[in-house]
Formats: sequence, structure tokens, C-alpha cells
Amino acid sequence: MKRQQTQKLAVGIITTVSFLVVVPILLVLIFMIANGIGGISWTFLSQPPRSGMTEGGILPAILGTIFLTLGTAIAAIPLAIGAAIYLSEYASDNRLTRLIRLAIVNLAGIPSIVYGLFGLGAFVLFLNFGTSILAGSLTLGLMTLPVVISTAEEAILSVPQEFRVVSLSLGATRWQTIRHQVLPHALPGIITGVILGLGRAAGETAPILFTVAAFYLPELPQSIFDQTMALPYHLYVISTQIPGMPMEIQYATALVLLLIVLSLTLIATFIRSSMRRRREW
Amino acid sequence: MNKIEVRNFSFFYGDFQALSGLNLPIRKNQITALIGPSGCGKSTFLRCLNRMNDTIDGTRAEGEILLDEQDVYAPDVDVVDLRHRVGMVFQRPNPFPQSIYNNVAFGPRILGTTSSGEDLDEIVKESLKSAALWNEVKHRLQEPALALNPGQQQRLCIARTIAVKPEVILMDEPCSALDPVATLRVEELMRQLAEAYTIVIVTHNMQQAARASDWTGFFWLGKLVEFNKTGDLFTYPKEDLTESYITGRQG
Ligand SMILES: Nc1ncnc2c1ncn2[C@@H]1O[C@H](COP(=O)(O)OP(=O)(O)O)[C@@H](O)[C@H]1O
Ligand SMILES: [Mg+2]
Repeated sequence: MKRQQTQKLAVGIITTVSFLVVVPILLVLIFMIANGIGGISWTFLSQPPRSGMTEGGILPAILGTIFLTLGTAIAAIPLAIGAAIYLSEYASDNRLTRLIRLAIVNLAGIPSIVYGLFGLGAFVLFLNFGTSILAGSLTLGLMTLPVVISTAEEAILSVPQEFRVVSLSLGATRWQTIRHQVLPHALPGIITGVILGLGRAAGETAPILFTVAAFYLPELPQSIFDQTMALPYHLYVISTQIPGMPMEIQYATALVLLLIVLSLTLIATFIRSSMRRRREW
Repeated sequence: MNKIEVRNFSFFYGDFQALSGLNLPIRKNQITALIGPSGCGKSTFLRCLNRMNDTIDGTRAEGEILLDEQDVYAPDVDVVDLRHRVGMVFQRPNPFPQSIYNNVAFGPRILGTTSSGEDLDEIVKESLKSAALWNEVKHRLQEPALALNPGQQQRLCIARTIAVKPEVILMDEPCSALDPVATLRVEELMRQLAEAYTIVIVTHNMQQAARASDWTGFFWLGKLVEFNKTGDLFTYPKEDLTESYITGRQG
């Protein structure tokens, strides 16, 4: 009898704690929606800012964030997936690969402002890309690499070893085996990792601060060598640098950013669960 | 004629010697069975014949395995090519989680041996016929292979192996996951296949070896104790060890 009571108590506590974790997230969401929804209108989404950013919309910042997220994807995905394939399928367990793994773990722990400074030194100044979408995307891409590599590697390793053995025994080369029997099964996991990484990149301020973000630039960028506005930095600017900024615009901007990041996460969750249901082994 | 000739062959997993000094012939278009207690090196030996052990780190081979007089462990051997010639069927039926058609078509596709879809259809059909599965699946080639029962799955795996047109087929306890009826079907099938292929089968089931093979090798602790015509080995074993093993298990 006693053991069953303890069991009940434990389950009760664990369930309560789980709900408590959800509460702050919901509160933030509700708070943002309640305060920001009034500021969102077609004008707000489709117009550049006016009158010292206290009026008009945030279109250049929204588009800038979309461009940067795409740029990050282009910069990070091939590299990260290549590295994950190498680490999981080709690399043997030696000093070099252990060093690479150590580097990846440490890269994941570096504060984002350090990436920003590195991007400034390496891409903006040394490679002379200037403050540009190119420099910003590369910086964000670099920051995104570790999480994408780790999740992609995990996804690749979770594909049963048997598929590889059978494929090789049929006379497939190692690459054919990876291409036709490993990657298709690892894809959902890889996509999830990529989207989560991009979601984080879309919301970061520090890495774009010195590499791409413009304080106020109502014109849209014409090439990857142009600066652009971006939502996280714009939010920072209007919340701290502009006196007399209407609160509603601040909350509305934050809400738009939140929705973009949240929808990326939701897409990732959806892909993961739907592919998992279709998995047959 | 000997399709494969094993000469003084030893194999090591790191420091552990799994096979020592094996000598045996594997005759063309015949069925050679390998028997022996669990852990005596039967699977290891089988995986040496198509060098699947290469995928395990720290392994080492000594001696020779001659396939048509060419040492498969010679440095200039292309293992991919070797595995086209020496195919393998595994213990557990392990179709890819794809359609029946795609399972059989996988090998020919990656080999690039087919020029048109029609050729591929033909190969798939012929392979499934050779594996005695065609009549059961011809109307549902696009259905998932995992929807088949275990016996059908194992015959599908045989079809998948046949589709790359190997010369030798290795089977590692192919019936151990099957019921008696499915087992008999696979044994019948092996008989038919032996007309076109050289077959080496590992089995822990001595009745199966006695029923289905032409030659039998008895392994014990990594050594080949006895190798003979199946009938002779089971009726007049030369070694005491062989005798006690076959009688002990059967009696
Ligand atoms: N991948 C491996 N690494 C190390 N030792 C192995 C490996 N595979 C098999 N062995 C060892 O080699 C011996 C022979 O194994 P195996 O060939 O699987 O025997 P059998 O198929 O006759 O049961 C066993 O002692 C086993 O522990
Ligand atoms: Mg075995």
C-alpha cells in the first residue's frame, strides 16, 4: 500500500512540475499577444518605418530577417551535413576526430556576441565583405553549425546498422549506401535540426550587430553586399535607443519576431512527429 | 570443380583469433553446409568470403581464399566487385523498409546494369521467380516489403541477392527465424538455385544440413574439424568430436 502511495505522489509531483514549465512560456505568449496584437495591421507589415521609426511599419526588418535566415541556411546546411556524414560514416575514432568533436561541443557553447566579433574581424574586415548580408549570413551560419551537425549526426547514427551492411553486401559503394539507404531515413532528423538551428539564428541580435544589421534603412537591399535591417536588432533599437517610442510598436515587433521563430519550431516538431509515425522499423 | 579454395586461412578480431588454419574446397553449383556450435566461427568464415568483415575495425586475415583462383584478400581486389560476385542472405529477414519492387531493384539500380525501366522490371520479375515468390507478390509489387510474412521476407531477401547476378550465395542461418513450412520452402529453393549458383549455408540445424547440402564442414572453436560429403559425414564421421556433436544434438 505504502509503495503505491509513494508512486502516486511521485507521478503527481512530476506532472505538476511539467505543467509549471509550460506556464511561463504560455504567459509570455499571452502577454505578447495581448500587448502586441493591436499594433499589427497590413500597414505595419507592408510599409517601411517613418517619422523616426515611431510610425509606419517594419517591412524591411521582416524581409531582412528572412534573407538572413535563408543566407544562414545556404551557408550552414551543406557544411553541417557534410561534416555530420563524415563524422558518423567515415571518420574512425582517432585523435583528430575526437578533436573535431571537442571543437564542435565548444563551438556550441560560445556566446553569440563572440561570434559577432569574429564575424566582424573575419568576414567584414579581413575578407572585406563589409557590413553585408553575406557577412551576417556567414556569421549566423557559423553559429548554427554545431547544433545542426550534432542533430544530423544523431539522426544518421540512429539509422539501423543493418541497412548499411545489407547495402554493402549487395555491392553498393560506401557513398551509394549513405546516399540511398542512410540519408533518406535520417532526413527527418536532419531537417528538424536544420530548422531548429535556423529558428535560433533568426532570433539572434549579437551576431548581426556588427556584421550586417542597419539601424535605419528603409530601402530594401539590392545584393548580398548590402546591409539590411533585421527584426531582433530593430527590436533592440526601438526598445532602447528611441525616446518616446510607442509601446504598441515595440510589442507588435516582438510579436512578429516571436511568431516567425515559433512557426519554425512548430514546423520542425510537425516534421519530426509525422515522419516518426511513418517510420517502419 | 572448385569455385572457392580456402588455403591455410586464419582470421583475427584484434588479438582474438576467430579462425585458424582453415583448408577446404567449395564446389561449384553445389551446396556446402557449415555446422558447429554457436561461437565457433561459422559466420566469421562466411563474412570472409565476401569480405564483409572489412567493415569491422581491427580485423586481420592470413592465408588465402581463392575465388576462381584469385585471392579475395589480395591488395588489388575491389571489394565492391567481389560483393557483386559473392552475395549474402542474412539470419534475420531484413528487407529495406521500402516497396517489394524497390528491394529487388536496389542492387541492379546502384550497379547501373540496366539501361531502361523495362529491363529493370524484367530483372525484378526474374529474380522474384527464381526466389519462388513471384506468384505471391506479382499483384502487389509496390506494397511495403515489411507487410510480407517472415518466410516471404526471407525469399524476398534471396531475390534481392539474386538480382545482382552473383556467382556465389552465402546464407547465414537463413531459416532460423522461420517456421518449419517456410524453412522447407527455402530448402527447396536452395536446391533449385544450386543449378545456377554456388551456395554456402551456415546452419545450426543438423537435419537441415543433412537434408539440404552436398558437402558439410564441421567447425569447432575456429577450426575445421572435418569436411566431407554430407552423406558420409553424417553416417561415418571420422573424428570423435564430429560424432559426439552430431549424435549429441540429434539424440
Ligand atoms: N565483431 C566481432 N568482434 C569481436 N569478436 C567477434 C566479432 N564477431 C564474432 N566474434 C567472435 O568470434 C567468434 C566466432 O563468432 P561467430 O563467427 O559469430 O560464430 P558462429 O557464427 O559460429 O556462432 C566468437 O567467439 C565471437 O565472440
Ligand atoms: Mg553465426
